[in-house]
Order: sequence, then structure tokens, then C-alpha cells
Amino acid sequence: MPTVTRRVFLKVGVAGAGALAASGLGFDVALADSTRVKQKLRIEGAKESHSVCPYCAVGCSLVAYTRTNSSGSTELLQIEGDPDSPVNEGRLCPKGATSMQLAISPRRVESPLYRPAGATSWQKISWDDMLDKIASKIKSSRDATFVTTDGNGNTVNRTEGIAFAGGAAFSSEEGYLATKVMRGLGLVHLEQQARV
Amino acid sequence: MTNHWRDIKNTDLILINGANPAEAHPVGFQWFMRAKLDRGAKIIHADPRFTRTSAMADTYLRIRTGTDVAYFGGLINYVLQNNLFHDEYVRNYTNASFIVKEGYSFNDGLFSGYDSAKRAYDISTWAYESTTPPSLPNPGLTQGPPSTSSGFAKRDMTLQHPRSVFQLMKQHYSRYTPEMVSSITGIPVADFMKVAEMVGAMGKPDKVMTIVYAVGLTHHTTGGQLIRSGAVLQLLLGNMGRPGGGMNAERGHANIQGNTDHAISWEILPGYLKIPAPGQKTIADYVAASAPKKADPNSWNFFGTNYSKFMVSTLKTWYGDAATKDNEFAFNFVPKPASNASWMTIYDQALKGKMEGLILSGMTAASIGPDSNQVRQALGSLKWLVVMDALPTTSSEFWHAPGVDAASIKTEVFMVPTTHWIEKEGSFVNSGRWSQWKDQVLPPQGQARHDHWILADLFQRVKKLYQSQGGKFPDPIMALTTNYADPTKPTLDEIAKEINGKDLTTGKQMTSFANLKDDGTTTAGDWIYTGSYPDTGNLMKRRQGVQDVKANDPTGMGFFANWAWSWPLNRRVMYNRASADLAGKPWDPTRPGIQWDAGQGKWVGDVPDYPPTMKPLTEDPTAWLPFIMNGEGVGRLFSNSMVDGPFPEHYEPIESPVKNPLHPGNSASPVAFLYDQAAGRPNRFGTASEFPYIATSYRLTEHEHYVTQHVPGLVQLQPKPFVEIPDELANQKGIKSGDQVRVSSKRGKVEVLALVTKRLGAMTVAGQKVFQIGIPIHWGYVGLSADSDPSKGRYWLANALTPFVGDANARTPEFKAFLVNLEKI
Repeated sequence: MPTVTRRVFLKVGVAGAGALAASGLGFDVALADSTRVKQKLRIEGAKESHSVCPYCAVGCSLVAYTRTNSSGSTELLQIEGDPDSPVNEGRLCPKGATSMQLAISPRRVESPLYRPAGATSWQKISWDDMLDKIASKIKSSRDATFVTTDGNGNTVNRTEGIAFAGGAAFSSEEGYLATKVMRGLGLVHLEQQARV
Repeated sequence: MTNHWRDIKNTDLILINGANPAEAHPVGFQWFMRAKLDRGAKIIHADPRFTRTSAMADTYLRIRTGTDVAYFGGLINYVLQNNLFHDEYVRNYTNASFIVKEGYSFNDGLFSGYDSAKRAYDISTWAYESTTPPSLPNPGLTQGPPSTSSGFAKRDMTLQHPRSVFQLMKQHYSRYTPEMVSSITGIPVADFMKVAEMVGAMGKPDKVMTIVYAVGLTHHTTGGQLIRSGAVLQLLLGNMGRPGGGMNAERGHANIQGNTDHAISWEILPGYLKIPAPGQKTIADYVAASAPKKADPNSWNFFGTNYSKFMVSTLKTWYGDAATKDNEFAFNFVPKPASNASWMTIYDQALKGKMEGLILSGMTAASIGPDSNQVRQALGSLKWLVVMDALPTTSSEFWHAPGVDAASIKTEVFMVPTTHWIEKEGSFVNSGRWSQWKDQVLPPQGQARHDHWILADLFQRVKKLYQSQGGKFPDPIMALTTNYADPTKPTLDEIAKEINGKDLTTGKQMTSFANLKDDGTTTAGDWIYTGSYPDTGNLMKRRQGVQDVKANDPTGMGFFANWAWSWPLNRRVMYNRASADLAGKPWDPTRPGIQWDAGQGKWVGDVPDYPPTMKPLTEDPTAWLPFIMNGEGVGRLFSNSMVDGPFPEHYEPIESPVKNPLHPGNSASPVAFLYDQAAGRPNRFGTASEFPYIATSYRLTEHEHYVTQHVPGLVQLQPKPFVEIPDELANQKGIKSGDQVRVSSKRGKVEVLALVTKRLGAMTVAGQKVFQIGIPIHWGYVGLSADSDPSKGRYWLANALTPFVGDANARTPEFKAFLVNLEKI
């Protein structure tokens, strides 16, 4: 049975070809074709970008459609499986198919927050103040727990009192930079999701 | 994965253990179905729970969680006893013929060298008998070191020597009779025999089987050996290196593969180079202690031979001009850990008051466990906690979780809002090692910043503090290269080029790690990615996929060499020299990996895992053996690289309702590290008298760990936490679906809904009837479900139940087998 991908179907449909009656779509293509003229595709004229699903490690390719509004903001119109991918051939599971709801969420943390010792609520803080505070904590904990030479006289140059964990949601290049920076600071406690 | 997702379509038989791909990797599962529907492949699913994967399988085996070593062991025994192994492959491509030196033994569950006080092995007897070291390099060899000082391993190609690996293995596995396998695993003998016959047929050259697994194998105190036992079976059947074969781990997060490759992992540097250890003063010391040793004249030992080049190129990348030949390329800048510094160690150190600060990025310690209550106590013992995430997590909110007195928590907490995957470019590496580049689709939402900009900015601020204030050994901080147009905002393109590396003499991007040098004239941030970004451009962006299958997959094997980029060197099936016989002919001509083309004088097909023009062994007796990365040049049926034994052995989970039928006196792993005991805290392990049921944990299709608790469509599909209870047990307890139940372990409890099911059932193990309970992991006190529940998700953390103990080798927690009690509330 010939197969027709969504993309081919859309292209052919828009072009008005009517030779798809024997397709495997499970509905009457001729009917779909006849109603075509009344439809305006939501993604018409949209910018097509390529992404990869953020969930499991099958690595399904995504096509994301965006449009720049008159206000200049970018609107995400649609995310769907990329039909060209040898991995997923356009298919997505429930998680990938709802990835738009992860991309755009009213639940996002939109500004930096700080919770002092013993406080019972978050406080808003500027990026600059937050990064300065964290940088000084990194320095003081590094200085307090740095070991240059171990009990056997070996040079070890390690920071024992700071740990970094995470990265399975990073781009690889971000992860590489995290490793480089953390090792540069002398960290030995370095982990991500591989073990857990 | 040694292979990749699409390659599964090439197989004849799929063994699935510790995995549920139809639900956890559903789109990847299409390739399992293609194998089944297009070529009549069979699927065998061994799992405690009958899942949608089982429903698609030809054979389902209900197995007790954590007993897969016994299952694979039984299959290995069946293959050996009935001479069903791939003889030519086993003889030439494995270490079956290697002679083990005198002194090695295995008795009553213990290998030679055990020290019960240290709970550790002296592995010196897990070694080969050596030839006398040659005084001069073998003149027939053109590359590689001639030998180690200990000489090469002795071999007996007849496999008859009583101390040959083959004979020792045969003896070791002879105990894994079908009856013993049944007693341990709970699989009825007849069912096991049916599967053994199917698996036994896969040792023929024109047959190939794949083994697919996930964290259902790794999350055990015997996790490493569970996987090794599958690999041993695959080597015996001649299935490693072949399309449709291999050992294929399904990874659970979008880029867990890429960021393991890039070494966000305590024990490695990028590209799986070992982290240096105290006492190593020079690159030579480091390489001598870390690199594989050449154990056979025909072994290339590519990794071992080039170890120093990869290390020096990394150091040169990181420390730039400060890394010189005279200072051992700044080797002393690299931190050298005193001992294990893995996941559980972080929290153990915090509980001891030795960990001041923790930075969590895109993962939440409080949910991920193990032993969430103890982990939360550890978070409360920190001076400061930084949570980098796009959404609130159970870690960012741990200090005011339900039931917690916020005022009593002294940890300072920072919530650092980061961008999502779709708001930045960069690559994700899938389970099959395909590094796929993604575009930045959207600008950052709100004030969110990229993780790498946050880290780069923090680093610059720390550096400035050291410049202005001084402090402990600032040299590595001052030397660390940040050669980006804006050091606080490096682009991922700049970093991708850095990872690939360049020739400092010519300024050109490197095209292969084979050209890296250890004289400081080359860089490579991660040598296994060298070749991904040559001067011609970023190969991870390539998109020649199924839009033109004939042009883009000319062999029909699914390699798609111009779709994205796969490490190493765009090779799609690892160890692929083993896909062809000694003469270079494919074991199965209909499913070639690579093959020797005598006319062209080169290997054709996939990117060869071998020198591209080296003649096959039948034409050149000095040619390399197929497994070029290890010291032996062949697959290791016997290995000294594991701390808990050279052959996999079944040990009971730390919490088990039965004694090990093989050796009741040494029931559980004798070398698993017991954190609480070592720290002077009481071990909190339960016994079957108090906690009579086996529990295991897993994912559902509709959620991914915890982040999906913020996705409305997915919360609607799976709104509330539950536990799956076998109907027979539920009947005994008077529990119906929808009832509220309490599941408790020695460490904590969950209070959630009951789902009574036939997917789980009673089993007979060691003559005893046991029940298994299933616990999905996805819920906690943060998210849409918790917000709308009166309890606010106070007792929803599945990992409140799991034990603070892990694999003897990798310290991967034993999430998948522990004991609980069950009550109706």
C-alpha cells in the first residue's frame, strides 16, 4: 500500500492533485480534497525550524512552526514530528506531541528568586545580585574546602565541598562547558542523570 | 547503544529485559515492530509486569525483578552445553582462548581475593597467564606499543585448556540449570526452555539477535553485571558488531548520552578518559594507570595507544598556553578525587556536614532519590543550594514542602530561571549516539537565561573575585580558556568547534581523532566528537533522511550516514569489524555491516571500526583483531574491569524475601557499598517479616520523570499517583481499584491510589510464593496534580521508599528491587 506522509499530503492537497484515492490515510481523500478550498492552514506562511524532542532519548526530530506577530514577538504555532527523520519518520508519542505545552507555560519561573536561611517565602532578586551572591558562595566554599595536597603528600587540587548535578536536558555543548567550568573550579562531585 | 534505533529493524530476535519500550520509548518501538512485521522477528519480553511491550511480544516471561543475571546465565549455560555458540566468532573474536593464571577461583559465591573486612576484592588473580615479555618490539607490527612489561596473554585456540576462559566460563555457568534459573527468577522451566531454544538458534552466522535494556537492568546492586551477562551471551552468539545485534541501552533523557560523553560524571573526563587519581604526577603515570594494556600481538589497543594524545589534547583545550610540555600540560590542575564522588556520595557528604553547596541543573534530587527523605535531609544540611531550571522542582521547593517547617531549614536557596531546549540551539545525542543539531526556535521566555550563559557568567564572576581577593590555588581558574567572542555569553557553535578541536599549527579544525597528538599541537574538547565539526561545517546539522531513502541509505541497512553525525567518526554500528569473518566477508551477506572490497583495497559499508585499508587477517597475519579499543583486541567473556567478579554472578537484591539459591551464605552482593553503615548511621534495610512484598518502580508513557507535572495535557492523561497491585494480593487485603493505600518501606511511605491489576501476579521463588508491586515514579509535591490535591502531594514521592545503596561498580541506586508493606488506609 502506498504511504503518504502528512507533509506530502498537505503539499499535494494544496496543489489540488486528486490522485490519492487509494492512499492509506483511512478516510476519503477525494472528500478531503473537495473541502480543501475552504481551509486556511494555521501554519501557512509560518517559519519552519527544526528541533529534537526534549523527553526520552529516542531523539525524535520535531518541526516547529513560528510566526512573528505585528508586535514583533514570536508565536509558536505548532510542533509536530519531522517526516524526514530516519529515527521517528514524523511520529511522536503523547509527550512529544504535547511538547508545545512544555515550551510555552504559564508555570515558568520568569525571574530569579532567592530564599535566605530560615525564610518562609521567596524573595525577588535581580540577575546581577543573584549571580554575585552565588559567585561569592562558590568562592568561599571552594576556599574553605579546597585540598591542595592529600595526607600522602600527593598534589590533588580538589574542591571537596561543592557539587554539581544535572545536564540531561542541556544541549551537549552546554554540558561540555559545565564539565569544563566545574573541573576548572576543582570539583570532584560532578554528576547527571546517567546514574539515577 | 552499540547500534541505533532504526537498526533494530534488521534483527531476527529481540530480547527485552529491564525495559518497556512500547510505553517508555514508544516511537523507538516502531523499529521493533518493523522487525516483527517485515522480517518475522520474534520478541521475548522478560519483565515483572505484563506491559504493552509484553502485549506485542511473542513470548512474555514474568521474571522476578533483579534476577536477570540468572536468566542470562541460564541462556549462556544452554548455549554452552549444547554447543550452540558461534564457533568461529568465539574462537577468534573473544577471549575464550585466553588462559587465566593460577590462583583464580570461585567458591560459594565468592571469587578469589575477597577481603570481608574491606568488603572488596583483590583482583590480582583475575588475570591472564602471560608469555615472557619479548625483549624487542615485534618487527611484524607497524603500530602500537610492542607489549607491556608483563608480556602477552597465553592462548589455547582449541579452547580445551582447563584454565582457558572458555572452560572456566563453562564451569561457572554449569550451575545455572533451567531448574536453578526457575528457582531464582520465578520463570517456569518449560517457558524458560522455550526461550532458550529460540535464543540458542541465534548463534548461526546467518542469524542475529539484539538485546535491548533500560534502567530496569542498571538500577540494581548487580546492575553492571546484569548488563555484562547480556554482553557475554551476545559475544557467544557472535552478535556484537553486527547490524541487528549488539547491546542496546535505551536512555531516558533527551541528552543523557551527550552529557555522559562530555563527562558530567565524577569518574571521567570527556570521551571516557578516567579522572586522574591521587599519586599520579605525570601524564605517563596517568596513562600507565588508566589506559588498556596490549594483551595480544594482534591487538591494536587503539584506545590505550592513543590515551595520552586524547588527554593532552583535552588539557590543551582547557588550559591553553598554560598547558606546556614542561608542566605536563597542566596535569596538576585536574582535580583528583580521594574516592567515589558519585550521586549518593554527594548527599552522604552533605549529611556528614562536608558538602557546603550544591548546584542542580535540570534534575531534582528530592524526587530522584534514592531515599528521598534522607536526600531532603541532606539538602537541609547544605549551606546553599542553586536550582537552575525553567520550572519549579521538588528541590527548589524542598524547604517549604508539605509538613516541613521552613523556618528550621537554614539552607540558602537560589532559583535560577533557565531557558528550555527550544529556546536555544545545540545538539542532543540520542541513545543510538546520533548527535542531532536543533535550532533556536523561540526567544527566552521572561527573564530566563541559557544555562551555559549562567555558568559562563558565574565563572567570570568567580574569576574576578580571585583576581581581586586572591584565594586558594587560583591558577586553574586563571588559566581556563574562555576564548569566546563574549566570555560570559559563549555561543553553542563556538563550543561545538572547541569540542571538535583543531590543529594549532595550521589553525584547521581536526577531521579525525586519529590525527590528535600528545605534543601540545592539537586540541580536542572531547576526542570522540572530533570529526563532528570540520572546516566544512557542522555535520550534526545534516538532514539527508527518509525524504530520499534510496539516495540517503544506499545499503538499505538504515545507516543514513548524512543524517546528523554519530560518534565515533560517524560510525553507526560500533565494533563493526566483527560483522565480517576473518576474511572480511559479512557473516550474513544480506545484512552486511562492513566488508572487505579486495578490488578497491578497502572496507566498505558503514564507517569501518578498523583501519580503512588494512587487509583482513586471512591475507595479513599481522592485521589487527576486530575489537580495536581494548587491550585484548577481542570481546571479553572474562574481564578484570569489574569490582564484583570477572564473570557475572547472581546476587540477591540487598532487600530480598529469599536467600540466594546458589549460595545462601553469600546471598547479596559482597561488595556493594553500604553508605549508611560506612558513615556510622544505621543501615535502614527491611526484612521480609516486616516488609513482605517486592516492589519495583517505573515510568508511564504520559510522563517523563517530574517535569511533565507542569504539562496540562499530560497531567490530564495521567492525573494522580497510584501503585499497581496484583489482584490476588489485593483480594487478600480487601483492596479495590481506587482505594487509598499506604505502601511503606524501612525508609518511608507513599499514600496513593490502588490500581488492582492482572498485569502483576504471584510467583514462586526458591519454593516460596512472592508478590511484586509496581510504583510509577512521577509524582511529588510540585506540579499541577499536587496543586489540586488536598494533601498537596505530601506522600507522593516514590523514592521515599527506595534504599540508599547501589551497584558495586557504578553506584547506581537499587531503585528497581526493594521490600515494602501494603495497607489499605
